Amino acid sequence: MKLFNRRTLLRGTMAGGAVSMGLPLLDLFLNDNGTALAQGQALPVRFGVWFWGCGMNPHRWTPSTVGQGYELPIELQPLDRVLPDGSNVKDLVSILSGFDVKLDGRPNHPHTAGLIGVAAGSAPDLANTYTGPTLDSLVARQIGGTTRFRSIEMSATGNANRPYSYDSVDTSNAPEVSPLALYTRVFGPDFADPNDANFTPDPRLMLRQSVLSAVKEDRDQLNRILGTHDQQRLDQYFTSVRQLEQQIEVLLSGPPDLASCMKAPEPGAENIGSEVEQSVPTNQAMAEILSFALACDQTRVFSMMFSFPASSLRHTGGATAQHQLTHDELLDPAVGYQPQAGEFILVSMGAWADFIERLAAIPEGDGTLLDTCLGFAHSDVSEAKQHGVVKIPMMMAGRASGKVKPGVHVAGATDTTSRAGLTIQQVMGLNVESWGTDSMQTSQAISEILV
Amino acid sequence: MRAAAQTIVALGAVITFGIAGCSSGGGGDSSQVLAAEAGPISMRRLTGEQYTRSIHDVLGDHITVPGRIDPDDRREGLLAVGSTFVSVSASGFEKYEAAATVIAEQALDGAHRATLVPCEPASTSGSSEVCAREFVQVIGHRLFRRPLTDAELGLRVSIANDSADELSDFYAGLQLSLASLLISPHFLFQIETAEPDPANPSRFRLTGGSLASRMSYLLLNTTPDDELLDAAENGSLVETEGLSAQVDRLIESSGIDIGLRAFFSDLYEFKQFDDGIVRKDSQLFPAYSQAVADDAKEQTLLTIATHLTAGGDARDLFTTRDTFLSRTLGLVYQVLVTEEEGFEARTFEDSSPRAGILSHISLMALYSHPGRASATLRGKFVREVLLCQDVPTPPANVDFTIDEETLGQIRTARERLEAHVGNEACAGCHTLMDPIGLAFENFDAIGAFRVQENGATIDASGEIDGVRFEDAIGLGQALRDHPALGPCLVKSIFRYAVGREPTLNEEPFLESLQARFASSGYEVPNLLRELVMSEGFRTTSGPRDAAEGGEQ
Repeated sequence: MKLFNRRTLLRGTMAGGAVSMGLPLLDLFLNDNGTALAQGQALPVRFGVWFWGCGMNPHRWTPSTVGQGYELPIELQPLDRVLPDGSNVKDLVSILSGFDVKLDGRPNHPHTAGLIGVAAGSAPDLANTYTGPTLDSLVARQIGGTTRFRSIEMSATGNANRPYSYDSVDTSNAPEVSPLALYTRVFGPDFADPNDANFTPDPRLMLRQSVLSAVKEDRDQLNRILGTHDQQRLDQYFTSVRQLEQQIEVLLSGPPDLASCMKAPEPGAENIGSEVEQSVPTNQAMAEILSFALACDQTRVFSMMFSFPASSLRHTGGATAQHQLTHDELLDPAVGYQPQAGEFILVSMGAWADFIERLAAIPEGDGTLLDTCLGFAHSDVSEAKQHGVVKIPMMMAGRASGKVKPGVHVAGATDTTSRAGLTIQQVMGLNVESWGTDSMQTSQAISEILV
Repeated sequence: MRAAAQTIVALGAVITFGIAGCSSGGGGDSSQVLAAEAGPISMRRLTGEQYTRSIHDVLGDHITVPGRIDPDDRREGLLAVGSTFVSVSASGFEKYEAAATVIAEQALDGAHRATLVPCEPASTSGSSEVCAREFVQVIGHRLFRRPLTDAELGLRVSIANDSADELSDFYAGLQLSLASLLISPHFLFQIETAEPDPANPSRFRLTGGSLASRMSYLLLNTTPDDELLDAAENGSLVETEGLSAQVDRLIESSGIDIGLRAFFSDLYEFKQFDDGIVRKDSQLFPAYSQAVADDAKEQTLLTIATHLTAGGDARDLFTTRDTFLSRTLGLVYQVLVTEEEGFEARTFEDSSPRAGILSHISLMALYSHPGRASATLRGKFVREVLLCQDVPTPPANVDFTIDEETLGQIRTARERLEAHVGNEACAGCHTLMDPIGLAFENFDAIGAFRVQENGATIDASGEIDGVRFEDAIGLGQALRDHPALGPCLVKSIFRYAVGREPTLNEEPFLESLQARFASSGYEVPNLLRELVMSEGFRTTSGPRDAAEGGEQ
């Protein structure tokens, strides 16, 4: 095995200080200066999921007309927000109402059947058991291979043990729960600041590559003694090793060369937890760091779990969390919903608007970062008190670099939620004709939002 | 493969007692090794705590191991079971690699390298092959829990040499070499392997190395020490006599305290305290803080470990008034604690509403919501974790909201839950949990005692499987005497030990282990000894197939 296939190059950098580099492996991504992603290349298209728990009240959330120009019903009014450039968040979003997760006789595991059905295209047989990769992971396989991070996962209520993102039934991607930790991971010492005039690759990066190469030598010997269950897990391990090698290759290639790339400002003091007064600012802080990370092409895929299915959101001083309220609070017959529980729906829609606003705040090309994004928001249920998996609310934001049009209300009329998942995959360049299983299988994208 | 295993079941279902070498220590009839038709072995990822303890034991206690590397996966209620299923995600590997770098730097920093490196390098400003080789051999042996192969050794020595020359620093080279050991699957996973049993070539036994790891992580929650590795490598550990000597040594060591704590922490989900996610509303519960949470966890673990290592009856954990308190906890318990720092042994007075670990702040706070207590969570904990009884998940597509016409003003949890039970779809499960959980209503969301809720006097009486009780103390007594309590603990320890659910073939073995536990007076150290000595622990059906799911 060759330990240092870039040995001479390394010696050169150490002896000569700052130099421009040309790494054979990375020619694909480099411009003539050998620094980073070439200017003039089409901007990358990005995809991400924003999840909130405990759904909405269908009669208060669903627009009464379809197509463009619909009125925002009460629970969507937090999206009516004018941005500094004069645009309005509601015009940057499409509403997908009336799409169902189909159980096909499986149990309705409360709060997870709907989540997994939407995210993985098939409702689970067992509670909390994913039926396949989640949409963000499927897209990351397609477009996450050239960036420093294959994807970035985030969670706004401070518990890293409950991930949104799954690569397979057994492998989840743990979210960042601290804005500061997220900042350090992306913009910490390893990040090459594009505003630094001289780029000096850290020689230790190449030594780290040799460390990873050594680990890969273990593979064949192990596979001989492992059962098939463990061989699959070992494959996953080595896929992760390969991902880190990719990350180091990107770092060696120098600072990102995108016009909109700037190092993110360091986040302020953080206060992490499931109180709305904590999770809303956490969502904002993470959205800001993410927006800079996307603009610097550190990743093209993300997920944010704003609140859990069976949401633990609560107000400071409030004894009861959102999910418990949906069970315990009396329905107000005059209005037909649970007033206290319903308030958290408005909070969630406001936080989704915060997220969109942040992505739209970075100018890029002729528009904003959001224009290159496809953001997908969804919940685990429609009406939480019934654990309804029909009419699960979904939304799309951004234009995916001109492939998608926002500002449209599409009524699903009992079609499967998989139509959204299929649309996402096709827009993001995956070569798939159909997606989902059993009654959730579909080959029909949601053409109303396609350009 | 599966069909073959099923055929053997019928034969193996008969319990036999093998003749085995006699040994000192342990229980009275420890010379009889329990037979079993054991299930599959696997590759088990070290839990966060096992990772940290292994690092400390091999590389030094001074090392600060970064937290939050890749979260452990809890399956069937145990991280130990999740360890058989979890792999390493991309972001997880990124963090393991970063942690390896930080750990290697600390292990070989100027102040500590002399204790870790068994030799003097010829030069510190470049490579020094002889010393690098010796270091990698010794440390690699401990980290991989077996001697390195020539290829593994050669590769790591090359990294050390090349890096040392590049960086003009011998110890920097060793750091990179050490980092490569720390991110290897041979360190991050306990890789269980089997070999044909010479006494009975038709079946498999764990290799000595696998047995050493399995028993060390079970009993001490850390990597095998040199003596145990020696026993594995000289062939004595796979023999009953050698195993007996080692299991006695480990159980009699101070480390057993850590092993017992690790098991109960896993079973009771105390990791939530470590993760800082047992949060309470600061306005409603100003007395609660992370310091209270930390001490609450320690109180319960100290109570359990002290009671069990002294040979106490495990069932008495649910009735004992003996415990340990710190000043911080004294404020919530409303008890004056004289010791300024740390814990002092205390006995709750006869007039106190507290007896047994279920009346501790830890379990009451853990099985509550941030803003209020939860009879449902507490009842579910008792049913599922302490009695190993399944509580069905809520039914689909029913309206969970309370029917407002049947209710006046709801003031207590009992009133609220009775509203659920009035709803037929909810009643099936809630009647399993609520009558138990309501016994703890005198303890609020942080475990503080209360007589009333919203102005109404709390009624903590109830019934569990036909036994009536008046309050939490009565429930503790009923649980202590519950026929499912002891067998459930045995099953949980078995699942923890082997990292999976028992197979159907193993049920007869479990039943005999449960019978032994009862006849030996419910002493957990004895149980651990019986388990390690048994065929259920030492033999296997072979590596796990992909088709075998997480359940039986």
